Amino acid sequence: MATIVEIAEEKALAVKDFEFTYAGADAPSVKKLNMPIAKNSITALIGPSGCGKTTLLRSFNRMHDLYPGNKYEGEIIFKDRNILGVKEDLIQLRIQIGMIFQKPTAFPMSIFDNVAYGLRLQGFKNKTELKDRVEKALHDAAIWNEVKDRLGHDANGLSGGQQQRLCIARAVAVEPEVLLFDEPTSALDPISTAGIEELIVQLRERVSIIIVTHNMQQAARVSDYTGFMYLGELIELGRTEELFVTPREKLTEEYITGKFG
Amino acid sequence: MTHTQKRIFLSKVVMILSTASAAIGIGFLFWILGVLIINGIDALTLTIFTTEGTPPGSGDGGLKHALIGQLLLVFYASLFGVPLGVLAGTYLSEYSQKSKVGEIIRDISDIMMSAPSIVIGAFVYAIVVTPMGHFSGWAGSIALTIIMLPIVLRTTDDMLQLVPSTLREAAFALGAPKYKVITQVVYRGAKAGILTGILLAVARVGGETAPLLFTSFNDNFLNTDMMQPVASLTVTIYNYATSPYEDWQKLGWAAAFILSMFILTLNILGRLILLKKKVK
Amino acid sequence: MKNIIDTIFANATRMIAFGVLLLLAWIFTVLFEHSLESLQAFGFDFILEDKWAPNLEKFGALPAIYGSVVSTFLAMVLAVPVAIGIAIFLSEIAHAKLKTPVSVSIELLAAIPSVIYGMWGLFYFVPIIRDTFGGVGISMLTAGIVLSIMILPFMAAVTRDAMNTTPDILKESAYALGGTKWDVIKDIIIPYAKSGIIGSFILALGRAIGETMAVTFVMGNVHKISADLTEPATSIPVALANEFAEADSDLYYSSLFELALILLVVSFVIISIAKFYFLRRKRVGQ
Repeated sequence: MATIVEIAEEKALAVKDFEFTYAGADAPSVKKLNMPIAKNSITALIGPSGCGKTTLLRSFNRMHDLYPGNKYEGEIIFKDRNILGVKEDLIQLRIQIGMIFQKPTAFPMSIFDNVAYGLRLQGFKNKTELKDRVEKALHDAAIWNEVKDRLGHDANGLSGGQQQRLCIARAVAVEPEVLLFDEPTSALDPISTAGIEELIVQLRERVSIIIVTHNMQQAARVSDYTGFMYLGELIELGRTEELFVTPREKLTEEYITGKFG
Repeated sequence: MTHTQKRIFLSKVVMILSTASAAIGIGFLFWILGVLIINGIDALTLTIFTTEGTPPGSGDGGLKHALIGQLLLVFYASLFGVPLGVLAGTYLSEYSQKSKVGEIIRDISDIMMSAPSIVIGAFVYAIVVTPMGHFSGWAGSIALTIIMLPIVLRTTDDMLQLVPSTLREAAFALGAPKYKVITQVVYRGAKAGILTGILLAVARVGGETAPLLFTSFNDNFLNTDMMQPVASLTVTIYNYATSPYEDWQKLGWAAAFILSMFILTLNILGRLILLKKKVK
Repeated sequence: MKNIIDTIFANATRMIAFGVLLLLAWIFTVLFEHSLESLQAFGFDFILEDKWAPNLEKFGALPAIYGSVVSTFLAMVLAVPVAIGIAIFLSEIAHAKLKTPVSVSIELLAAIPSVIYGMWGLFYFVPIIRDTFGGVGISMLTAGIVLSIMILPFMAAVTRDAMNTTPDILKESAYALGGTKWDVIKDIIIPYAKSGIIGSFILALGRAIGETMAVTFVMGNVHKISADLTEPATSIPVALANEFAEADSDLYYSSLFELALILLVVSFVIISIAKFYFLRRKRVGQ
């Protein structure tokens, strides 16, 4: 059984006996996993590659549904309901639970249209309102000053770090309650990485954040809670400062001291 | 309806329309394939492989003349087209590096690959048929060679460029001269790709009709003299299918079936070779 | 000492490669030379004159040009939406089990010679047109439809390839914002693959305009401009296929060569636009 620390805060999400099996696979990639996610906090998921951390992350917004044949079992509770149910409205769910990917994914359109994209999908038509929301989102993502004079330019002209902050602006523009970060800095240089990390910490006030990272220092720097996963199981979930200093599980200790992984 | 509901509804409508249009398009294509198979097999007998054409109405004609003629035309076209195409492709990949001329030759070949084949027929008519004074098998083979050349050239070029440069460097490091590096190392590395390209090029020219209409023309009897008009399956299909005689039309279907099977086999073979390479 | 075989091999490959350039130049030159008589006799009127009467030694290309344009236009109008539908179906809807067999059959159908499409059109489609619209069934409309079916597999395959170049992660990003399939297709995939898709369509257009056999069976080769699409008509390749082996005077030949030259120049321009403007080739390995 996993060692799971008591969460003081309210819970944003609760994973209960969750299992996930990819289409055509014999064994589940995530096994009987239980895990609370604290509200307005940053929870980092770490573990060696193939441990199931990204698979778990992509279950929170049902990204796996894009590809046929994948199978969920158990429950993920979000706002008093199990989001794994067949009747779950995936579009509404994905508006409430946003995602940032391992590479910047600027859409082939202008900077403004990128940020406005999610809003327009929801039916925002009023120009001034759209403009205000886009501007606010760009402020929130700490990129407003860099792009305010070229909102009409193609977003693909921005640097990698700027594009990633643009993607964050695009995600926060629709005011989600949870943001999922899937190794958001793995394609970025150290300076851009520092900027994104700072931004993630600031966003905590407004959203609950789950971040998958292969970089233990990053988890230690930004997160409040850290979950260590291994072979599809959650081994330990603890307060970040405790988990990295006094891990309770032997496996966690071996991983954070670099004995494997 | 909320905006989101509208979006979901619209998306469903578009998906249904796409699936329907796919079903229609694919339905048409399978209709053609079905017609070809049913009529072809119906008309297929052993004797059509051993009998030459006969006058319409006699009902005992065969396709021997067209089959052998077709093989002759394609054989000679490949005999010229393959080595020329491979060598020209070799120049592009191994000698021209990033030169301007190399790029131009590449571009020109790309255009020639899509150029109307009937125009090639007109060209060969002017340079071969007119001076000779009559249609001939050679004229047909030359037209097919011209169509084949850019296809073989471009696939060879592409396939050779896929061979890692470390392989070339390793061979050079052993002191091999460039032609040996190319013929013994690079060609070997690109073997499967080049072979597939050649098969597809043969399949492509094997189905050409337009450039043969006024080069190799046609003959209702077996002729293997390339200086004279030579029958081909494709022109025979055209002549028989557009004739008013039922027995000729039937032979036309048999010819169409044989030709399609030949071309599909070459295509599938080419794919399997590439697939096998990838699995390794 | 430089290896002599090495020099011979290098120069042989170079000569053959340059030969391809010369070949194209030669084709243009020969067609032009053989068109001279017609060019001198009719000048620019050749493409404006609508009378093609070999017995009167009068040759006007307008009906053939008109037929080429209209039949190709019809084919494109019919094939483009279906090709997009098939491409969307293959890249975004079809289940993996259906995707591969359908994809492979479409690619194989693209390899079936056009003479087969023409034959099918003559025996199976002409009667349908005849029964539906009256007339003989051999017509501009029949040619346009058969041509559209003939270019459909090629078009669907290249459109699918172009759409498949959109990175999964980009599509996922749009889904993660609450996009529907159609939102993702119209906002992400089509804009991303736009130049590839347009380029493929233009390339298909270039092929369709020079396609001979699929239309020769079902068009009739009647040099007459008619607004009625159910009337027999002709196009440049159809006229060439029907008349080249039968032409009996120098001017007649020369006029046919001029038709061939026009066709070559037009396809050359269309294919160049597709290749160089929309489908700039990415060098292998780069």
